[in-house]
Amino acid sequence: MRNRTTTPYVLVLPAWIWLALFFVVPIGGMLSLSLTTGNVVTGFQQTFEVGNYVTAVSTYWEQILRSLFYGACATLLCIAVGYPMAYWIAFRAGPHKSTYLLLILLPFFVSFVLRTISWRFLLADNGVVLGSLKSVGLVPADLQLLNSAPAVVMGLAYNFLPFMVLPIYAVLERMDPRLVEAAHDLYAGRFQAFVRVILPVSLPGVFAGVLMTFIPTSADYVNASVLGGTHNTMIGNVIQTQYLVNNNYPIAASITFVLMGLLLAGIFSYARALGTERVMEVHT
Amino acid sequence: MNHPSRAHLNPALLRGLTRARRTGPGLPALPGLSRRRTLQAGGAAAAALALSACGVGGQQRDPEADADYWADKEETGSLRWANWPLYMDPERTQLAQFKESTGTDVEYHEDVQEAASFFGQIQPKLANGDDIGYDLMTLPNGFEFSKLVELGYVVQLDHARLPNFAEHAGEVYKNSAYDPGNKYSVPYTSGITGIAYNADYVDREITSIADLWDTAFEGKVGMFADPQEIANFGLLLNGVDPADSTREDWEAAAEKLREQRESGVVRAYYDQDFIQPLTNGDLWLTMAWSGDIYQQNAEEGTNLKFVIPEEGATLWTDNLLIPFTSRAPVDAIKLMDFLYDPEIATGLTEYISYIPPVPNAQEVMAEWADAEDDGERAEALRELAESNLVFPEESDYQRLHNYVALETDQQDEFSSIFQAITQS
Repeated sequence: MRNRTTTPYVLVLPAWIWLALFFVVPIGGMLSLSLTTGNVVTGFQQTFEVGNYVTAVSTYWEQILRSLFYGACATLLCIAVGYPMAYWIAFRAGPHKSTYLLLILLPFFVSFVLRTISWRFLLADNGVVLGSLKSVGLVPADLQLLNSAPAVVMGLAYNFLPFMVLPIYAVLERMDPRLVEAAHDLYAGRFQAFVRVILPVSLPGVFAGVLMTFIPTSADYVNASVLGGTHNTMIGNVIQTQYLVNNNYPIAASITFVLMGLLLAGIFSYARALGTERVMEVHT
Repeated sequence: MNHPSRAHLNPALLRGLTRARRTGPGLPALPGLSRRRTLQAGGAAAAALALSACGVGGQQRDPEADADYWADKEETGSLRWANWPLYMDPERTQLAQFKESTGTDVEYHEDVQEAASFFGQIQPKLANGDDIGYDLMTLPNGFEFSKLVELGYVVQLDHARLPNFAEHAGEVYKNSAYDPGNKYSVPYTSGITGIAYNADYVDREITSIADLWDTAFEGKVGMFADPQEIANFGLLLNGVDPADSTREDWEAAAEKLREQRESGVVRAYYDQDFIQPLTNGDLWLTMAWSGDIYQQNAEEGTNLKFVIPEEGATLWTDNLLIPFTSRAPVDAIKLMDFLYDPEIATGLTEYISYIPPVPNAQEVMAEWADAEDDGERAEALRELAESNLVFPEESDYQRLHNYVALETDQQDEFSSIFQAITQS
């Protein structure tokens, strides 16, 4: 009897140790670091300097808001592109489902940075995309796409698309087809069946997809630094610079916590708005 | 004159293999990886790791402890050197020559990818007085250099052991603003930050920094993201010598740079990847490093021009430094001096194509070109010897300025003023 009650705890122990070691300890260290003052030469003293947070927000509020905005745009773009993909693979791909899933994952076999850099060639002023459009006169000759906000948002959406497709696919794929048949039996057209049956069932997948795209896209720094121009700096770039270029660890740490707080608040209110029970519900 | 150890080696071929990489005929070239153009991402990850391990100590070492540093130091027969990638040919010709002449083995590490992250990696160890794994390192003049000196983490050099340096180093390299009298460092190689433009797109001659503000080039101008680099151009435009600049000057320069940004003329702020956009026409003119332009033209046949603008430009230098934890300081300083042998400096320059701190190398290189039987190599050598990007004239040097040298407090102030421009 005793064995049976302790077994789950023993099994979960590695996870606890893992999280404690690689999440709780560093984040505690960062939190303490965010309240210090000093520089790399004199060292950083713990002074519980809350002013770091004030500085972080007052100096970088623009980049913070921009990051959340870019993240939201990229997430919406991922839904718009990814939902139909997931839907098609789940319901229409027949025996080739795994092939299409593999195709979606294929870009992951190439390094993230290289994938993003290759977008430079695509989006260059006289590159594959704009060059051809310009030669047939579809867009003005001086149009620039690279080094702009749309380029950054598209890069973000491209890089994180599979994180949206896979969870939606997982939910749709497990959906009982009799639910749709029942909807049709009750005189629902294809649109009605989608809106009233398929979409609600797939929401947990969308929710998971949003978590997995919005959080990393808002904090990303690669896309903005490779595809962005002036006025496209994201907060990830600021954090990176503060850490690695300026060695200003306290400010970097406080921005990190501000961003984390905002993302958590956003996610919780999103979950609440969507109705947590419905979203977290496990469909079998 | 040809060294036996290098006879079988065609540097032009080597450069082709290691530098600019073309993916195939008709395909866009991937960004070549030169010393100044390696991607930051790898370094970032390394530094993040180092950071999480480091805690945040920052004890200053007493530099007075160095008074008789050299008294009890002896040769060990081997040393470890941290250098930048592509900063010596893959055969390590000069190290083989060093071994031949002194019997000392050099363990060569291409471990410096970026000054800031390298600093992040070694700083915690130095703060503890631990071995950093290197006895000699190559770092640019800049904030990390000043921090190392300020912290007392680098050894004061014993100039009695540097006869080649005394004899062959150029005057400019003996009188730098960042290390007067070469107390802590000797230069490894230098480069100019000036303006490059693509003559296929720009149909007039570019002569001044003010051209970078010309709205005729809307969206086609590249500026550097590095606070010091971009600050220098703002300062020079305002007629201020960066090395003597004050806080008021920085703010005035920042104002100019802000105007430039808001006018829409700037396309983006670049770290080191400006060559590719300049080649394909995304950029028409940009701040640029001399050596990269030289290499690109030599290898890809591009029509890029490099100018030292009339307002002036800056000369940056990568320097050799000995950390105080070095286990082989005598070997390290021997190697420093060895690299100032004109023959050795010439060999290095043939591969790197940046400016050697040894002006005599120009003569030696011309001699090599005359003596060379292989036409292609002779041609490459002659081009290098005649290029004033590699061997600037005295009149060029007159217009080249040093970076401002600042203490840590001022560095933070300086950086935040200019990062507000680049990280908008």
